[in-house]
Amino acid sequence: MGSTNSTLIKIPNVEELMQETGFSTAHIIRLHDRFKELDKERRGYLCPRDFEAIKGLAINPIGDRIIGAFFSPGRETVDFYTFVRILAHFRPADNSRPKESSSPEPINSRTNKLKFVFQLYDLDKDGKISRIDLLKVLRGMLEMQVTEEQLDSIVDRTIQEADLDGDDAISFEEFRKSLEKVNIDHKMSIRFLR
Amino acid sequence: MSTSVGFYLWRTVFILCLVNPLMQGLNGEESHHHHKETNITGLQIVKFQWHHVEAPYLVILWVLVAGVAKLSVIELNHHVTSVIPESGMLIIIGFILGGIVWAADMQQTFKLTPTNFFYYLLPQIILDASYFMPNKLFFRNLGSILIYAIVGTCWNAAAVGLSLWGCYEAGAMGHMDIGLLQFLLFGSLISAVDPVAVIAVFEEVHVNEVLFILVFGESLLNDGVTVVLYNVFEAFVTLGGPRINATEIFNGIVSFFVVAFGGSFLGILFAVLLCLLTRRTKNIQIIEAGFIFVVGYLSYLTAEMFSLSAILSITFCGVCCQKYINANMVEKSVTTVRHAMKLLANGSETIIFVFLGITAIDKAIWVWNTGFIILTLIFVFIYRIIGVFFLTWILNKFRLVPIEVIDQVVMSYGGLRGAVAYGLAAMLDEDRIKEKNVMISTTLIVVYFTVILQGISMKPLVQWLKVKRAAHSDLKLVEKLNNRAFDHILAAVEDICGRIGDNWWTRGWNRFEEKYISWLLMKPKARKNRDYLFSIFHKLNLEDAINYVSEGERQGSLAFVRSEQAANIDFKKQFDSEFADMMPDMNYEMGIENISVTSIVKDSIPSVCLDIHGQDRKKSVDDFNAHHLLQQHLYRSRKHHRHKYSRSHFSINQSEDEMQEIFQRTMRSRLESFKSAKMSVNPAKKIKHYRKEQTHMMANGHAKSADYLYEVEVDFAVRSETSATKEHFTLDTYTVRAGIENPAFMPDMDTTTQSPPWLTETEMDTVVAPSQRAQRRLPWTPNRLRRLAPMRISNSSTDSFLMADVFITEEEPAQKDQTKM
Repeated sequence: MGSTNSTLIKIPNVEELMQETGFSTAHIIRLHDRFKELDKERRGYLCPRDFEAIKGLAINPIGDRIIGAFFSPGRETVDFYTFVRILAHFRPADNSRPKESSSPEPINSRTNKLKFVFQLYDLDKDGKISRIDLLKVLRGMLEMQVTEEQLDSIVDRTIQEADLDGDDAISFEEFRKSLEKVNIDHKMSIRFLR
Repeated sequence: MSTSVGFYLWRTVFILCLVNPLMQGLNGEESHHHHKETNITGLQIVKFQWHHVEAPYLVILWVLVAGVAKLSVIELNHHVTSVIPESGMLIIIGFILGGIVWAADMQQTFKLTPTNFFYYLLPQIILDASYFMPNKLFFRNLGSILIYAIVGTCWNAAAVGLSLWGCYEAGAMGHMDIGLLQFLLFGSLISAVDPVAVIAVFEEVHVNEVLFILVFGESLLNDGVTVVLYNVFEAFVTLGGPRINATEIFNGIVSFFVVAFGGSFLGILFAVLLCLLTRRTKNIQIIEAGFIFVVGYLSYLTAEMFSLSAILSITFCGVCCQKYINANMVEKSVTTVRHAMKLLANGSETIIFVFLGITAIDKAIWVWNTGFIILTLIFVFIYRIIGVFFLTWILNKFRLVPIEVIDQVVMSYGGLRGAVAYGLAAMLDEDRIKEKNVMISTTLIVVYFTVILQGISMKPLVQWLKVKRAAHSDLKLVEKLNNRAFDHILAAVEDICGRIGDNWWTRGWNRFEEKYISWLLMKPKARKNRDYLFSIFHKLNLEDAINYVSEGERQGSLAFVRSEQAANIDFKKQFDSEFADMMPDMNYEMGIENISVTSIVKDSIPSVCLDIHGQDRKKSVDDFNAHHLLQQHLYRSRKHHRHKYSRSHFSINQSEDEMQEIFQRTMRSRLESFKSAKMSVNPAKKIKHYRKEQTHMMANGHAKSADYLYEVEVDFAVRSETSATKEHFTLDTYTVRAGIENPAFMPDMDTTTQSPPWLTETEMDTVVAPSQRAQRRLPWTPNRLRRLAPMRISNSSTDSFLMADVFITEEEPAQKDQTKM
């Protein structure tokens, strides 16, 4: 279709992007449309304000964190590539792909999905989810009725359960281990389109 | 409490026993009365005029009996722990009552007649269902729903009819005076999934919303098919076999389209009428609430009059008008309508189920044909399963989110038949269809089977299936937490990606709807207010106002001033209890119990305990606490089954509380983060940007009339607020970019216009109407509670919200206020 091709041409390096993320042409076009829709001032990049304008995020307890995940540390803008790369984490995993040990792990592999979530929790970016990180996350996800002591006890229990090496923080490996029974692919995928 | 159940039952029995022989006797004596009257010798001071009041008396008495029955069912359910669904219990009570009447009268004087059912009992249920229908969900899944309703019902009808005929020919049913066409007729009436039964059973089983809407939507929309099939086959039976040729069949197909689309169209027409009516009721608000019932019922009857699908008509009337009349009517009227709808629907449903039970106790109708009955049951069940799985397999190729196997199982198991099937069977013409009683008996058995047995087993089935899927082990805290986090993350990413499934058509429709339809059908003021965000603020204001007042009454208004901390906490508790008063919310009750349990448990164990056992106990208690807390207090995400439709609960429910809470917190944290960001930003740059925005809005002010002026107003008013820079920013963001729809259609965002040099920021301040500024002198209250407007400046909720969220800190100079990021 003519429009398809013209849109694709407008996006430089689209082949690379498709390769890296595994999205198909149709996906990329849809995401591009969405990107343009969010980018109301047509600047070619998004800033936090554009994300905050999305209604649903305001009533999501961790909405702001997710917005933050789009912005690499220090950067105030998200361009289309970053946008697509982050969203690629949520693509359903392709079970049919042949295992190529030489190529790097795809963005939407289980490990990478977990890493994404881990980074959401780990605000101070020290590679571990400390007590403070967890407190913040939990505070955001629990109703206001829960008092500080109750919150503390929950945090304590949670860290106890997951912490294997006793350093009072959850590293990525411990995190991964604690979630081995959960079907991550199911829980962290959305179907972008048919 | 078994005494109260017994009490209720005894009361019912007593009433019936008393009334029945009385009526029996009276009916016989009526003739005597007439004779007697000619012979009165003196003036009778008090007369017993039963025959005057007989008809309405009986009606009202039965309504009372049904109400009492429902009460006793609810009481019982607390003990029988809702194993049997309410509807099942009501049918059983109907059996009992029918037995009593039967014993008194030797005949069934009270029956569920088709006329009563179709004209007086069914419409309000359908209206209630459609009025509370989650529209977005409904229309998003409309394709699938239509496929299930149309193709599924046709398949069921044909398959059941043909199979039964095949079995009859094979001799499984003995000898009956029946033919193929009559089997097909029976198939068509037994194949309809019944909305009443579906609601009744699914309400107690909390399935996910997509599944619910599929079954529910199917049950509503399949009426179009059922009516057509029923009428077509009845006509065919009347015509007789030989007269059916291709023309007739073609007529049948055409009639389907006419009936279905005609009915829907008629419903939409009446919805438009209704909206226009409510648009005009500014001066006579008290009668607003009545219109929906009147017009709704009218749409039902009109469709019936034209032999179109009445259920479809009233369904679309309700579905299409909800949004507009909720916006047009005053709050009180909306609440009235909701309450009244639920009341009527509940009442009707109760009566229907009770009478379904009563009707069974009637020797006249029972013709027990074992083969027929058993075969029907089997075929109905099997063909439903086959139909659902096959159609889903096809649909999953086209759907964005495929329907899982579990959902398909629940869907096929949830194909409940109910009173509609019985009504249709009772309407059969005895002369043409000799085996009417066989059909009625079978229909009743099928209805009882589905409602009672499938109803009972639905919940365990759902639980069993889900448990089987998830890991058998108890989830740890970490897993629970993460599961919930995943839900939230997914919901957020879905929001970010937008409804990628939405194509141009959907967005075009939204645009069209906003521009033309809302303009036509909504009050102008309502259109302004409809922005989602403002409506939330409005609700928050209302609730704050209510709580403020009641808290003030409770503690004396100084309580707030005295200690901010205490006031906040109390406020929260009061917040909850207020809701309990306003709305008996089951969730709240559970929440309170849990809070008290955990607090009691915590208190009873000393925090410092040297005993080892004590330590262990505390640990396990803590564990229990932690799991319990997580279970109760984690915010639910959108993906979590938000059971939007419920027979007894509506509007302000816990999920809306949560939304508001989350929303407030998000806003506060954004404001704070903005504040810290703002400090490090170059002010000059901001001002220019702001000015540019301002003039854009000014330039486009005339183009978009109401929305625009409103935004401009808000901007001005907001900017003129003092230190609340952060609010300005956020509110600006929301006015300018509220949602995806509105601002995207500012066509000339990029055109640069020179701002008139005389329009400096300071002067923009003065554009604010002085009255609003004056009214900003609000009485002192601690920060948290500042969110309300003690004075209602106008009826428009949005004005009150302008006063919302003002943090009274120090007053910063005006220049800083105008900054934006």
